[in-house]
Amino acid sequence: MSDTDLTTPTEPAPRARVVDTAQYGLAAFLAVVGVVVVLDARSLTRGFADQPVQPYALPYVVGTALLVLAVLLAVATWRGDRPEAEGGEDVDLDQGSDWVTVAKLVAVMVVVIATIDVLGWAICGAFLFAAAARVLGSRTLLLDVAIGTALSLLTWYGFYVGLGIPIPAGVLDGVL
Amino acid sequence: MDLLLEGFATALTPENLLYAVIGVLLGTAVGVLPGIGPAMTVALLLPVTYNVSPTSGLILFAGIYYGGMYGGSTTSILLNTPGESSSVVTALEGNKMAKAGRAAQALATAAIGSFVAGTIGTILLVALAPNIADLVVKLGAPSYFAIMLLALFTVTAVLGSSKLRGFVALFLGLGIGLVGTTTGQQRLTFGSPQLADGIDVVVVAVAVFAIGEALWVAAHLRRRPLEIIPVGRPWMSRDDWGRSWKPWLRGTAYGFPFGALPAGGAEVPTFLSYITERRLTKRPEEFGKGAIEGVAGPEAANNASAAGTLVPLLAIGLPTTATAAVILVAMQNYGLQPGPQFMDAQPKLVWGLLASLFVANTLLLVLNLPLAPVWAKLLQIRRPYLYAGILFFASLGAYSVNFQAFDLALLLAIGALGLAMRRFGLPVLPLIIGVILGPRLEEQLTTALAISQGDLSTLWSEPVAVVVYLVMAVLLVVLAVTAVRGRRADSVVDQAKNSYQEVSM
Repeated sequence: MSDTDLTTPTEPAPRARVVDTAQYGLAAFLAVVGVVVVLDARSLTRGFADQPVQPYALPYVVGTALLVLAVLLAVATWRGDRPEAEGGEDVDLDQGSDWVTVAKLVAVMVVVIATIDVLGWAICGAFLFAAAARVLGSRTLLLDVAIGTALSLLTWYGFYVGLGIPIPAGVLDGVL
Repeated sequence: MDLLLEGFATALTPENLLYAVIGVLLGTAVGVLPGIGPAMTVALLLPVTYNVSPTSGLILFAGIYYGGMYGGSTTSILLNTPGESSSVVTALEGNKMAKAGRAAQALATAAIGSFVAGTIGTILLVALAPNIADLVVKLGAPSYFAIMLLALFTVTAVLGSSKLRGFVALFLGLGIGLVGTTTGQQRLTFGSPQLADGIDVVVVAVAVFAIGEALWVAAHLRRRPLEIIPVGRPWMSRDDWGRSWKPWLRGTAYGFPFGALPAGGAEVPTFLSYITERRLTKRPEEFGKGAIEGVAGPEAANNASAAGTLVPLLAIGLPTTATAAVILVAMQNYGLQPGPQFMDAQPKLVWGLLASLFVANTLLLVLNLPLAPVWAKLLQIRRPYLYAGILFFASLGAYSVNFQAFDLALLLAIGALGLAMRRFGLPVLPLIIGVILGPRLEEQLTTALAISQGDLSTLWSEPVAVVVYLVMAVLLVVLAVTAVRGRRADSVVDQAKNSYQEVSM
């Protein structure tokens, strides 16, 4: 899963055909989405008489286009077409990709999604910040938690008092 | 003119002036943060506007927008790697100037150039938008349909280096736009009541910009810190002024028209401006080593094009850049639909907004020249905190739409798509524009065919529609010809374009 060789896109592609295998995965994803869209369109019935554009018309177009694009992308990949991964201020494409960190961040967010209805934003937000900072390399646990708590309380009260939007408080209902 | 004066009366009330100041400061602060471009700035700050009155909210937004644009140029001058395609050119000479100890002058010419270009651009916007709206209001659904098709086509095929990837992103966006029950039947809702209202564009924008970016950076976080150049208070010598003012004006002349075209964006005009300045300069030897003209021109072009993109946005309701798309989302949150009737229906609001653009532009200059050293300090923020903070505020933004855990799950899923898009070089802009314009395309087609009672020929029954289709045909031919001829090797635009991924954030 390393895409270390994407750093100098200005260089002409090397003669040897390097296939970006992962891109077949993207093509497969497009194909799946295309099939789902077309199947869903088939389940739609004819609309009202005054509906000149049937509800399934656009889905058929989009679904078919996705299928065609999936094939085109697969062919392009096979012919050695490689993507230009996106650069940025803090992006270092010279190193390999660190998917473990990404997986940990996703796990943190899944925990938040699972617990936010019960625990409320104040607790989940603090956890989200502190845990994400830790995953990203911060080693000052107490400080991270303190900043996270401050942020989530500030935003909670900011929304509640400043904007008049009551964010559900979860278990802290009545405490905040 | 009276309307504009009334607009100033709206914009200059103490309350709204305060909102403008807050907007400019927030926008600049968030825009300066590395990894956050104007579009993400606006997307992340969307919740701030939820409970403010529409006028104040839009004034806040105007400040955030212009502040975010300015913040982006600070980042690209002081750090070499630009966070968005429109600042790529600024980084070329700007960072060289900074390294040569002229960071203050680079920031000053960028700030003053942005002010000059922003002011001229806003004047042109004020002059043009109402007239264009008057013309557009006469157009029927077939013409709208054609113009939207053209916008989708140009954003996808003309901008961006890989057409195939552009179309992949576009159709994924159109697919997301299908979800919901707008046609009276459940489409792609998989029986979920939460999906019946469609996927909120706020969630899509925040997910693709913020979550996708944070996850992508997490996978590639730079282990060694970037070199940040210290900066004093920005100022310019007489010589710098002499070398800057013509590039400012020329940059404005490039930027505004390109911004106003349906294939908007600052990429092309900033490159054109850079090339022009390099050709016209009396000191060609300085180019590549930090020529002030190479900062002044492109920065002016960048800001003028930002004002230009507001022409189609306000007059037609057509977003042509990622930032404009997010601003459109903000307006729709207020139940406002920009377009030809918008100016007549909401004169107070529109002219208040236009006047506040002038105000924001002036505030930017007054506040940010002295504050530049403070903003530069923001670049040193610890990266774990920066990206944890982006995740935090993105989640808050998505959660505050409906207070449903479901929206957070959607945020994560589309964020994962955003990550994949960065990994596979898919441009973000066509996806966002597809999500927004897809449903409206269907709506216009329905309207057109309902009036013609299903007769397809109505689609080319209006002269404007015919012209638009001809333009698309010509573009197709040009694209096909250039594709057959292969890549022209030494075009500066292509080279520079290829060296950075189109981000348009």
